[in-house]
Amino acid sequence: MSLPPPDLEPGASAALAARTTARAADEGLAQVAYVTVDSPVGRLVAVHTSRGLARLAYELENGGLDEILDDVARRLSPAIVEAPARLDGVRRELDEYFDGRRRDFDLPLDWTLSSAGFRRRILQECARIPFGATSTYKAMAIAAGSPTAFRAAGGALGSNPIPIVVPCHRVLSSDGGLGGYTGGLDRKRRLLALEQGIGQDALRAR
Amino acid sequence: MTKTAAHLPPFQRFLDAHRDDVLRFLVASLGRHDADDAFQETFLAALRAYPRLRPASNLRGWVLTIAHRKAIDVHRARARNPVPVAEIHDGAQATAASAATSAPAAAPVASDAGDRGDHWERVRALPTRQREVLTLRFAADLSHAEIATALGCSEQAARRAASDGLKTLRKELRDVPATT
Repeated sequence: MSLPPPDLEPGASAALAARTTARAADEGLAQVAYVTVDSPVGRLVAVHTSRGLARLAYELENGGLDEILDDVARRLSPAIVEAPARLDGVRRELDEYFDGRRRDFDLPLDWTLSSAGFRRRILQECARIPFGATSTYKAMAIAAGSPTAFRAAGGALGSNPIPIVVPCHRVLSSDGGLGGYTGGLDRKRRLLALEQGIGQDALRAR
Repeated sequence: MTKTAAHLPPFQRFLDAHRDDVLRFLVASLGRHDADDAFQETFLAALRAYPRLRPASNLRGWVLTIAHRKAIDVHRARARNPVPVAEIHDGAQATAASAATSAPAAAPVASDAGDRGDHWERVRALPTRQREVLTLRFAADLSHAEIATALGCSEQAARRAASDGLKTLRKELRDVPATT
């Protein structure tokens, strides 16, 4: 003899789960909250801790949502929930940026995912390059106090856990070439074009 | 479930993998109204403990054990503050009562109405241990060994409680589908 389990209405547990994770984020129980954000350069995964934005990942360039969250679970905490409300500010500033209505991000950043020392110094230097301007790997290395380490500077920028907001797309080769980019060179070109007011319409039209 | 993982999955993935099981168990054990709150309490408690959990843990058994403890809390509270049975199972009153603690869009989570839910009302009226074993076995689909772990009893005791409970139900309810 067996007892059939109770029937659930479709979506019932999903709705309850969403209420639970919203509460967890409000009450500070979730150490890490994330949301996915659609943008003109593809879907982004934004990851937030109590300190600030810790990760902004190009979903497709990083193996998809699961792989991105697995990596964050290993390196920050497995107490990760999807909590869109917790990341409203991030989503709004990204929308404004891609609409051409925002030049600087006013988001607190959590640098935990970039290793302390040279790498983090490079990224923090990079964060000071203003909207619409560009710099070079060499200039970044000099600013970080290691003038000959421009290759390592490139490596540090390539490991940027918070692209777009920490604008590593504004760093080019000294010879004028594009260099590399964590989201692929096509995205680097598009971001630079957006900031230089060129091709904005094309960007929006996509 | 028994697979050894080097790391815990992100909590959201764990929640999505087990939310249906937990809700089914809680609806069977408590009825639809109290299941809503107990569900949230279960996963909030799980989240608090999650970062300290061993990666190779049986996550499904673990979260259903937490749900089981939350259900005990509700049953004890009911015993202290008895509510007429009609009120506990009345959908309209239940929704009104939960409005204070739930989001505005709170919808009834599962239906107790009809023949499928009816036998769970009878299970809820059984002696505590029998009720616990039957809900964990048939609503949560735990094995007798997992149930023994959750209840802190022997596997044999769990089997006996299940068999006693089913015997009572059979007597009360000739039309419970007999598939085994």
